Formats: sequence, structure tokens, C-alpha cells
Amino acid sequence: MIPLSWYLIFAALLFCIGLYGVLARRNAVGVLMGIELMLNAVNVNLLAFWRYLYTGTGAQVFVAVVLVAAAAEAVIGLALIISAYRRRKTVAADEMTLLKG
Amino acid sequence: MTPLQIIFLIVAVLTLGCAVMVVSTKRMMHAALWLVMTLLGVAVTFATLESAFFTVVQVVVYIGAIAILIIFAVMLTRPEIQEKEPALNRGAWLAGLAALLVFAGLAAGLSLLPSFGSQRPPAAVEDIAALGAALVSPDAYVIPFEVASVLLIGALIGAIYVTGSQQQP
Amino acid sequence: MPNFWQDPIGFIAAWLHSVLTGWGLPTEVVDFLLALLGAGVIALGAMLFVIFLIWYERKLIGRIQDRLGPNRVGPYGIFQPFADMLKIFTKEYITPEGADLVPYNLAPILAVAAVLLIWAVIPFAHNIVGVDLPVGLLFVIAAGGFGELAIMLAGWGSNNKYALLGGFRAVAMLISYEVPMIFTMLVPAMMANSLNLNDIVRAQTVPFLLTAPLAAIIFFITQVAEAARSPFDVVEADSELVAGFMTEYAGLKFGMFYVAEFLHAFTISMLFSVLFLAGWRGPGAEQFPLLGVLYLFIKTFVVYFIVILLRGSLPRFRIDQTLDLSWKVLTPLSLVAVFLNALVLKALVEAGLGGDSLGAQLLRAVILLAANVGVIWLSGQLMGQATLRERPVVSGPRPLAVSRPVVEQQE
Repeated sequence: MIPLSWYLIFAALLFCIGLYGVLARRNAVGVLMGIELMLNAVNVNLLAFWRYLYTGTGAQVFVAVVLVAAAAEAVIGLALIISAYRRRKTVAADEMTLLKG
Repeated sequence: MTPLQIIFLIVAVLTLGCAVMVVSTKRMMHAALWLVMTLLGVAVTFATLESAFFTVVQVVVYIGAIAILIIFAVMLTRPEIQEKEPALNRGAWLAGLAALLVFAGLAAGLSLLPSFGSQRPPAAVEDIAALGAALVSPDAYVIPFEVASVLLIGALIGAIYVTGSQQQP
Repeated sequence: MPNFWQDPIGFIAAWLHSVLTGWGLPTEVVDFLLALLGAGVIALGAMLFVIFLIWYERKLIGRIQDRLGPNRVGPYGIFQPFADMLKIFTKEYITPEGADLVPYNLAPILAVAAVLLIWAVIPFAHNIVGVDLPVGLLFVIAAGGFGELAIMLAGWGSNNKYALLGGFRAVAMLISYEVPMIFTMLVPAMMANSLNLNDIVRAQTVPFLLTAPLAAIIFFITQVAEAARSPFDVVEADSELVAGFMTEYAGLKFGMFYVAEFLHAFTISMLFSVLFLAGWRGPGAEQFPLLGVLYLFIKTFVVYFIVILLRGSLPRFRIDQTLDLSWKVLTPLSLVAVFLNALVLKALVEAGLGGDSLGAQLLRAVILLAANVGVIWLSGQLMGQATLRERPVVSGPRPLAVSRPVVEQQE
């Protein structure tokens, strides 16, 4: 039998790897990949709690909404990155330092 | 060690390995492919949690749509000189430290939960019809559902506008 | 021991179980081995069946195009696929320089795997099904997603700009057609109140082709596009992009894409039969599951025949025409199809015709059919109006070539 702690530690590790990706990556698309990792870790956590403690539809609806929010944010983020790339010919997040377009 | 424990350990180690490759590899295309493997690993984790619906939805939404979108974005934003610039920031070691501290904090905080080591209740609990009813029922979760759909429409229109009006004069 | 005729898979599984535990293996290992064996049988059966499908399609395409098709290798060309296989096996692999090796080699395997995964959830009879998933319909959509990923990997891994462009176009088309496909897949799920494919077949006392023809037609069109068959084969438009994303593949790797394409065409026919033509249902299918398998294959071959007929008779669409068709025509129509069936069913249930008796079901079927045919006719009229174009008049009528001089043509 798998105790709940295994799932929680797994989700925490995935979250921290994603956090490292967000903070350390230069490429903006890489940052977005880190964000997706963090959101997946949140989903694993939610479903683990759903299975072990709070069974019912509430947690599942929460997971669905997180999934939808992740999809919407990936779409807008990538659209903005592509648009910024067309202007400034670079995708490195620390080279886009000027607000002037 | 029951078979389920062995499967979970293997899948968890593989997924975390792929996640480390996502954040540390230099070539962005490889990072996108490692991300696909990570998402697949998370889908298998959902399957070990006996949630067939979210396993399949994870594959459909994340791998079938978001991962393909990320691959498209990687291909459309390739700089001409590649692999000559560093993949990580100057402050990458600080980011690593921050990630370690956050993990330590999370692990400590989670282990204080009273239900931290609890075992799985034996009953199978997934009911997709109930989930569907809850998503549209007025005394359940119809408002988050509708707000999420408005969010998606907003994202759709925003993305079309942002990338569509960039016609160079 | 279950009876073989009533429950063939249960009989074989129980017999193998007793044999293997007789050899001293523990029960969990035996169960695991039996599951592996079942998966292997389905995969192997599908791949071996492709040999017959290749011959069938080439003969049929030949006949549609007013020629004989393969007829040299064996009687009626029956051994032609074996000749094809020999050629493909013995060709040399040429890996392009600078190709990304892992995506390049993984793509053909993933393409075949994506199609074979669908075979795992199709109900061949009421108790012959690979795995009876409660979310079988979503699983089919997920497997389609893997196919798209395979095309992306193939286009990228070839280090070839034409392959990359071909991959982009292919994935753009496939993603566009996923939207109406998912909406029209909702219609049988809604009418059967379940996402399980076996439940959908069991709910079809009247086949859903008759109660939801609009959804059936749109589903058929989108599935033909998902399999990238003509008339939607911009993906492999031989006259345009060499061979699209498959350009740099030779030998068995190309053979894998070839097999995946044929198997996918058959699989979409099988899906259509399961979702809309009442799958394994037929006289006697409840008592003798093998009869159910026979009925499913007969219905699948009818649909496969239509798919091949479309390939042989229609010219190819341009890429912008295919995307227009998907976004401007099929997506609104599929939304209309979902709403139409939902509203009419709800109205019928409210009016008291929601019973389970045969008369009530037939009455519901007739009313749904009438509503659908009405909407199809109406949308046909609307589309006809919308596509009428005023062609600009460029010049007046040309003078006829006659021998006597025509003096009034002086501008």
C-alpha cells in the first residue's frame, strides 16, 4: 500500500524542479515549461488528496479548473513570447529589459 | 513491496529524471520532448491514483495540445546562433538554493499534517457521471465551470489578437 | 469453466490460467502474463491483418481507376503485400546527417503505436474487448494525440526543411479537425449516457446513424481527415512536398508509416461502426460472441469500402481549403449537431416519450431522424448560398472565328 506521503513528496519535488526551471532558465519558453511542471505537481497533489482523504467531486472540479487555467495560460504566454520574439528577435528573458517596444 | 509500490517508485523516479532534464538541457527542442515524457509520467501517476478520467484528459489536453503548442513555439522562436549562449541565468545557483529551501519547507510543513502517512481507503471512488453533474449543477460547481470557459474564450481571443495584429508595415 | 461459445476469451483465459498455475507460477504473475498475452494477440492480429488490407485496398483502387490492380504475384495478386514487405525489409536505412536521432527513430514506432492503442478499447463482442475502460471514448482521442506527436517528431527529426514544413501542415490540419471530431464524438456518448464504447454499442437498439445522421456525417469526414487520407492528404501530397514529413525515411521506417496509414484507415472505419452503426449488434450476437465479431467486421468493411471510394474519386484539397472546411463549416455544424440532439431528446423526454419500450424508442428515433434531416437540408441551402460567388466579368464575349470579315469589332 502506498502511503499518502509518497505522493506528497513526489509532488513537492516536481514543484521545486519546476520552480528552479522558472527562476534559472534564460529562454522564455523554458520558463513556461517550468510553470507547466509546477501546475502538474499541483494536480498530482490535488488528486492524491482526493483519493486518500476528501473523495467527492469537489477536488476533481478543482483539478479540472487548474487544467483549464494551465492551458489558457500556456496559450497566452506562448502567443506573447512569439510576438515579443518577432519584435526583438530574441527569446532570452533577461535581454528583454526595455519597456519600449 | 507490492507491485503497485514498485510501479509507483519506478514511474516517480523516471518522471523526476525527465523533469530535471527539462530544466537543464540546452537545446530547447529536447527540453520540449523531455516535457512530453514528464507529462506522460504524471498521467501514469494519475492512473495509480485510480483516476482514469484525469489520466486520459491529461494526455489529451497536455500532450495532445499544450506540448504540441510548446513544440511549435520552440520551432518558431529559434535564434540563429544556437547553443552558444548559456542556458541558465547568472543567478542560477541562487535559484537552486531557493528551490531546495522551498522543498525543505514544503516537506516539513506537509509532514506536520495529521494525515501524512495515511493509507489508501479501499473503495474505488471515481464517478464520471457525478463529476459531470457537479460541473453543471447550480448548487454544485457551475460557476467555476462557466468562469473557466470564459477564461478560455478570453485566452483564445487574446492569442489571436496578439499574434494576428503584428503585421510589419 | 465458461462455455467456449458463450464466452471464448473467458474460456481460453481460464484454461491458460489452469495450465500456468499447474506449472507452479504464482497467481499474480499468471494474471500479468495473461494480460501481456492478450495485448500481444491484439497487436499481432492487427499487424497481420494489415497484409490483407494492403491487398484489398490496392485491388479496389485499381478497379475504381478502371484498371486491374496487382495481379501478377499469386492468384489475383494475393501475395503482392508479401512482395511489398520483402522490398521494404531489404532496403537500406539512410539516416540524414544532422538528424536528431531519438525523435527520428521514435516517430515511426509512435505512429504505429498510436493506431494500435485504439484497438485495445474497441468492443469486438459484448465480452471480447481488450480493456473495458470507463473512459474508452476519451482514450481514442488521446491515442490520436500521440499520432500527431509522431508526425511532429518525424518532421523535426529529419533535419529537412521540407519535412518540417510538411510536419507543420500535417499537425495544423490534424489539430483543426480534432475540434469537430470531439464534438461529434460527444453525440453517441450523450445518447448512451456513457463514455464506455461497449455501453455505446449496447445502447444502439436503433443505430445512431439513423438518430444522429448529421453527427455521423461530420464524424466520418473528420475521421477521414484525421487519418490524412485523400481527399485530405496534403500531408503526403506527392506532387507538392516530396513525401511530406516522411521524406527522409526509407526501408522499414517508411514501412511503419505505411502500415500505420493503412491500419488507421481501417481503424477509423471500425470506430465509425462501433459509434454509429451499432458495432457488434446483430441477430444472435448476444449468445455467440464470435457472431458479434463477424458483424463488426462486415460493417467495418462496408465503411472501409466507402473510405477507399472517397480516396479513388475525389481530388485533393488545398491546405487552406481543408482548414477552411474545418473551422468555418464543420465546427459550427458539429455544435449544431450536439445541441440539436440534446434539445430534441430533452423535449421528447419532457413530452413523456422517454420510455424504454420498443415503440417509444422507434418514435424517438423517427423524430430525431426527421429533425436531423431537416437541419442537414437547411445547412445545405445555407452553404449553397454562401458559396455562390459573383465571378468578375473580365471581357465581353469573344468573336467567333468566321471567314467573313467582322467590321464592328473595332475598339
